[in-house]
Amino acid sequence: MKRKMNGYLLAGLVLTGTLTLLILLGFFWTPYNPTAMSGSEKLLAPSLWHLMGTDNFGRDIFSRVLKGAGTTFLIALCTVAIGGVFGTLVGALTGYFDGAVDSILMRLNDAMTAFPSILLALVIISILGGGKYNVILALGLVFIPSFARVTRTAFAALRDVNYVKSARLMGAGSARILIAHMLPNTMQVLLPAVTIGFNNAVLAEASMSYLGIGVQPPDASLGYMLSESQGMLGSAPWYALGTGLMIVLLIFGVGLIGEGLQRRNGEVD
Amino acid sequence: MKEAAKRILMLLITMVIVSFLTFLAFDLISGDPATSLLGTEATPEKIAALREQLGLNRPLLVRYGSWIAGFFTGNLGTSYSYQLPVGQLIRGPLLITLCLSALSFVLITAVSIPVGVHTARRTGGALATVSVVVNQLLMAIPPFFTGVVLTWVFSILLKWFTHGRFPGFGEHPLASVGYLLYPAVSIALPRIAMTVRMLCSTIRGEMEKDYVRTAISRGNDRSGVLYRHVLKNSMVPVVTFLAQTMAEIVAGSIVVEQVFAVPGLGRLLLASIGNRDYPVVQAIVVILALWVVLAGTAADLINQRIDPRLRLGGAK
Repeated sequence: MKRKMNGYLLAGLVLTGTLTLLILLGFFWTPYNPTAMSGSEKLLAPSLWHLMGTDNFGRDIFSRVLKGAGTTFLIALCTVAIGGVFGTLVGALTGYFDGAVDSILMRLNDAMTAFPSILLALVIISILGGGKYNVILALGLVFIPSFARVTRTAFAALRDVNYVKSARLMGAGSARILIAHMLPNTMQVLLPAVTIGFNNAVLAEASMSYLGIGVQPPDASLGYMLSESQGMLGSAPWYALGTGLMIVLLIFGVGLIGEGLQRRNGEVD
Repeated sequence: MKEAAKRILMLLITMVIVSFLTFLAFDLISGDPATSLLGTEATPEKIAALREQLGLNRPLLVRYGSWIAGFFTGNLGTSYSYQLPVGQLIRGPLLITLCLSALSFVLITAVSIPVGVHTARRTGGALATVSVVVNQLLMAIPPFFTGVVLTWVFSILLKWFTHGRFPGFGEHPLASVGYLLYPAVSIALPRIAMTVRMLCSTIRGEMEKDYVRTAISRGNDRSGVLYRHVLKNSMVPVVTFLAQTMAEIVAGSIVVEQVFAVPGLGRLLLASIGNRDYPVVQAIVVILALWVVLAGTAADLINQRIDPRLRLGGAK
């Protein structure tokens, strides 16, 4: 159980850090205006001036990818925040207090996991309608059960540990025990779950926008751009490749962080 | 046997909850289909007549009951936008999606089990690190992106297939399976990586157990122990994982069908969501959920056969 840096964690942090910086930069500045069309610069292959080339309308793809990644990144962060906070809350309560509430919530959880996550998100979107905020809401809701399941196990395992018992004997309230004593000790489980959740959120958002039921234009997201690029696959394959590469790198980086965290916890040999 | 019965009862309970939630969600929030169906021609009398015809005036529980009864007798209602029985509308796409899922599942198991067992035998070294990184990279490639890349390479560059022209099972069954191979690969690729990873860690964990050490100390060679004892004992989590994979394949096919313009269940679902054709959406959602729950139950039942301890309701 070496609690130090390892290669995977470092590589993941460097990759994700670089991408995050690029994406943050993209909120304020992009090399070109991502929506500006240019008749003279149509369908240019990647070059030093246009890192990922240009599309049918002469728009700079690298600038578009930065903007799109920003949207995807933000949605994934918000989704994980919603799923993580509420899921941990449900998991903590059901794991710590067993009984009727536990069984009811867990049955409901089982029923929810019977839907593949993208399907559930589709249903919610079909009811609420598309758009950035509804996507966040739908995905956030969909991600609650998986977080609840993971944290419930962690909290249930800690319920009868000695330090929790002594805290209880010393008169600490349930809220204090849960937040001050148990929560920090579930981080080992929670942090890798967050990395997996983030990646699933990126995937889910990109899939939904690809299907045209997620983020609506003028908001660009990577999934929407990928579906747009499919029409230009013959003339500008670099559009699809650049966009897809951004998704892959984003998930790959966070995946490496997750792998590194699990190794640091000694879960994988 | 008792455990099996209990598991099937749980399956029924879950399905009732799932179907009721689906029914309730669409019922509460979809608004009045009668109004939206009639559109600009809506007059109060026409709406009332159509509501009567669609049976929307009955209480919620009665409508749920008749919908469930219809589900078992194959009467899934009538599609709003196609004016066809939902059962008839769904049959063809369901067959295509089943075929696509089966193909993906075969690919996943055929590739990942040998690869997983092989990599589990090699421990440590630079090769192990490379395989972890390759695994993470494969897991990071979304199926729809693989689909776009496959389209580019095999349809546009090599012209092995015509994108968007699904031959159809009726006329060209073999060509259809060939066409479905590309989406199946797209779905299978990240799942293969996940399965290999899962297999590897399960087998390695099992290899550290006492009985393996004993077997080896008695002069058995490592691979003999691996094939004769360890693989059998590693089956339970693998079966559970493969059941989850079934669920993920279905979810993946919703998206990938769109990439390759395969007229399957996912495409019909998306079109129906777009048209607000709720009877069709409802039926597809419940069928897909049933599929997932069935896969989970099947996995539990298989595991009870593999591991007698589970039959007694003991260790989980």
